[in-house]
Amino acid sequence: MDMLILVNISYVIAAILFIVGLKLLSHPATAKKGNLTSALGMFIAIVMTLLHKDIISYELIFAGILIGGVLGAWMAKRVEMTAMPELVSLFNGFGGLASLLLGLSTLTISNSDSLTITTMVIAYISILIGGVTFSGSLIAWAKLGGRMASKALIFPGQRWLNGLIIITAIALPFVIATQPFNLQWFYIAIALALVFGILATIPIGGADMPVVISLLNSYSGLAATAAGLAIQNNILIVAGLLVGASGIILTQIMCKAMNRSLMNILLSGFAKPIEAG
Amino acid sequence: MELIYLLFILVLAGFLGFELIHKVPATLHTPLMSGANAISGVTLIGAMVSAGSDNTQLTTILGVAAVIFATVNVVGGYMVTDRMLSMFKSKQKNKEAK
Repeated sequence: MDMLILVNISYVIAAILFIVGLKLLSHPATAKKGNLTSALGMFIAIVMTLLHKDIISYELIFAGILIGGVLGAWMAKRVEMTAMPELVSLFNGFGGLASLLLGLSTLTISNSDSLTITTMVIAYISILIGGVTFSGSLIAWAKLGGRMASKALIFPGQRWLNGLIIITAIALPFVIATQPFNLQWFYIAIALALVFGILATIPIGGADMPVVISLLNSYSGLAATAAGLAIQNNILIVAGLLVGASGIILTQIMCKAMNRSLMNILLSGFAKPIEAG
Repeated sequence: MELIYLLFILVLAGFLGFELIHKVPATLHTPLMSGANAISGVTLIGAMVSAGSDNTQLTTILGVAAVIFATVNVVGGYMVTDRMLSMFKSKQKNKEAK
């Protein structure tokens, strides 16, 4: 019990450091300090989580952190200055994928009696948003890096396909509610989310990609929040919402700076393709 | 009750997000996005619990995979933001010199 309080106090501290970090990060003179402040918050939260009562084995956690840490550091060190935005997009996609996997893992716990329909629907949402973030970010990464044509891509019937996916995505929770514990619905959700992430990103031209990445960054925050609700972890909920909220505002600010309309960019899969140079 | 609690945080986070960054200069857009992106790797915290708890093999496998991807997001995200900001600082100096 004492440990749990200690872990949660560390989460409060981490949340404060994230907020202060973002604040400092938005001023040129203090930006670098802001990034370090936020990183310190993350470090504290990670270390203190090791005291969590549910964690009984550490080998796999350390192995995972080692693999991910080395890979992330190597990619961040190696990247050319000009390729940084696309790398951010790739990292963001990984964050979304992590939320998808975490959402899925909550559905496979051994004590499935404790799974309520609410938890399942929340896990479904984290899978959905995480999946869209992942595939959308990969397309943005590919478009920015010239791995695929950066021009707006649109095909006949795209509008109908998008509409169909959205309707299915809205209908699925009701199916899940009537047939819980059937994982196949969640696999369908993953497929839907991945396809939708691709469809939502390909009709957007390369010049608008920074805005898209910013929006997907906001989504990955929301995916973390949903995953946090599914596993009832406060720091995921709070930090995820913080990123979700500041991400959408930053997206709006970026749109204004580029003289673009956010709605136009968002709905490009439903309207005429937008040509932005 | 939990929904209300969530709604509270949502509203507060919305206002906070706006207050925190609404005056950000254009040059900091990308670093701020990158820095916020690193924070969204907070999924790692939940993934660690999932990977280390006593559960089915599938839960553990999914948890470990989530740990790996989230750590790439966290470590890479903070490091690349730091590099971006170093670049930004030297650019500022160049401008001032001109």
